[in-house]
Amino acid sequence: MTDTLIQGRTGPWEIVLGLEVHAQVASRAKLFSGAAVGFGAGPNAQVSTVDAGFPGMLPVLNRFCVEQAVKTGLGLNAQIHRTSRFDRKNYFYPDLPQGYQISQLYHPIVGEGALEVERDDGSTFTVGIERLHLEQDAGKSIHDMDPHSTYVDLNRSGTALMEIVSRPDMRSAEDAAAYVRTLRTLLRALGTCDGDMEKGNLRADVNVSVRRPGEGLGTRCEIKNVNSFRFIMQAIEYEARRQVEILEDGGKITQETRLFDPGRGETRSMRSKEEAHDYRYFPDPDLLPLVLEEAWIEEIRASLPELPAARRRRFAEQYGLTAYDAGVLTAEDERAAYFERAAGGRNAKLVANWTVNDLLGRLSAEDRGIAESPIPPETLGELVGLIEEGTISSKIAKTVFEKLWAGEGSAREVVEREGLVQVSDTGALEAAVDKLIAANPDKAEAVKSKPQAIGWFVGQVMKETGGKANPAVVNALLRARLGID
Amino acid sequence: MAVDAETVRRVARLARIAEPEARLDPLAREISGILGWIEQLNEVDVEGVEPMATAVHATQPLREDVVADGGDPARVLGNAPRSDDGFFVVPKVVE
Repeated sequence: MTDTLIQGRTGPWEIVLGLEVHAQVASRAKLFSGAAVGFGAGPNAQVSTVDAGFPGMLPVLNRFCVEQAVKTGLGLNAQIHRTSRFDRKNYFYPDLPQGYQISQLYHPIVGEGALEVERDDGSTFTVGIERLHLEQDAGKSIHDMDPHSTYVDLNRSGTALMEIVSRPDMRSAEDAAAYVRTLRTLLRALGTCDGDMEKGNLRADVNVSVRRPGEGLGTRCEIKNVNSFRFIMQAIEYEARRQVEILEDGGKITQETRLFDPGRGETRSMRSKEEAHDYRYFPDPDLLPLVLEEAWIEEIRASLPELPAARRRRFAEQYGLTAYDAGVLTAEDERAAYFERAAGGRNAKLVANWTVNDLLGRLSAEDRGIAESPIPPETLGELVGLIEEGTISSKIAKTVFEKLWAGEGSAREVVEREGLVQVSDTGALEAAVDKLIAANPDKAEAVKSKPQAIGWFVGQVMKETGGKANPAVVNALLRARLGID
Repeated sequence: MAVDAETVRRVARLARIAEPEARLDPLAREISGILGWIEQLNEVDVEGVEPMATAVHATQPLREDVVADGGDPARVLGNAPRSDDGFFVVPKVVE
């Protein structure tokens, strides 16, 4: 792991990272009220008197949200606590009308677990999960609608969040991003959170500290609410460098909360939060302890879908895919389903190549997901089938792919209509090969001492036949005619 | 447990209660008295007793995930001293 160290003026430093990910539960209603959860509604249109903190209103816990927390806990191989409790975290802010956030500090619903994370190169590492707890989200303050006032929209107030706290197990910005990516894939596969970072439905607080390799943990700073993979990496890189510079100048790191400014690519102190750090947590007297029946937990366990890590391993083993392809194809449920439908009975590695390189490449260039693919999986499978049986070459297949993308029919229809069937007929190809050798006696002579020059001849025959010649047949013919073994 | 004027000042600030300087010492004495009285409970032997969060012997009731509330901004804004265009309006708080 030496490549992840920061080289300072006075020697190397190691970055230590722990993340708190806030994942919005994919519920219809809020954690403690019957108001709707959703994006884009008019201001305060999704607010009940509970969410607005009216006096005397009592919270009633949403069963579905509890189930999603348990499901996520099981997906993280974590301990599910049969008894958990809710606490009040007290602070004043206009978008927190209750004057406290209901959270689970002392007795979270989910305890220790672990997540196996895969890097792009296929290597893996494990991130320890410290806990997962349920809590309420706050509302939204808007500071730019009026020069003297703050406008408050409570639509988000009371929305259920799962806070997933990792151990400080990551050592580079890339690994932190890989962790969030893997966690997001898991949440989406479980269906417990939609993972939409643009809408703020998944966001991370990043704890950053640095130390000399082998030494104890340094003082950490917490960067709040970072909501994209790119910003997570930028914030970490900047913050780690800032800390190294302070320490190398003989200074000390002050434990504090910082904000990442994407415009400037830097973190800065949120001094206003300093004083509020005394949250005076205490058990919420409005809520009884949450006791889970073992039977319910088992029922939830039985409903778990195949998880991304298991699916990735299965794809690698069953289909012989590379770690990279298996990772890409299992990153989303829809991708995995698409691939499996296209690969049925075909050369799976070839199907994986076409799915990852051609189809996903093309889709992402147009900012579309695989669900919006103009080419159905059966059609892509058919295309690969035509390559496998030698009806078309890989090169012609690219042309066919373009026509399939444009919606011009099935693979076989396109090939027949456009006359793209590969020429494997020896007679026709022999004539072309003979003509070519006769016209280029010097090159034919040269190939005998330099066999790799045969490529030029193959290229010429392909050109002659408009790319339709079967390259394997052409190669064999040329070798025979030119006297190469 | 004794509480001093400085602690009272901090607690009052956290609770957003304005206490004049002259009230801090008398309040510290009063609060210390209350805490001392409550501290008598420490004499009870609670060895092996599960900490209690509530006196109610019932399990947590759960609601179904159904939208059955909200959708009435005028109602939640009804008591607000100021509102505009569906928003609560409060004095500027700058982050």
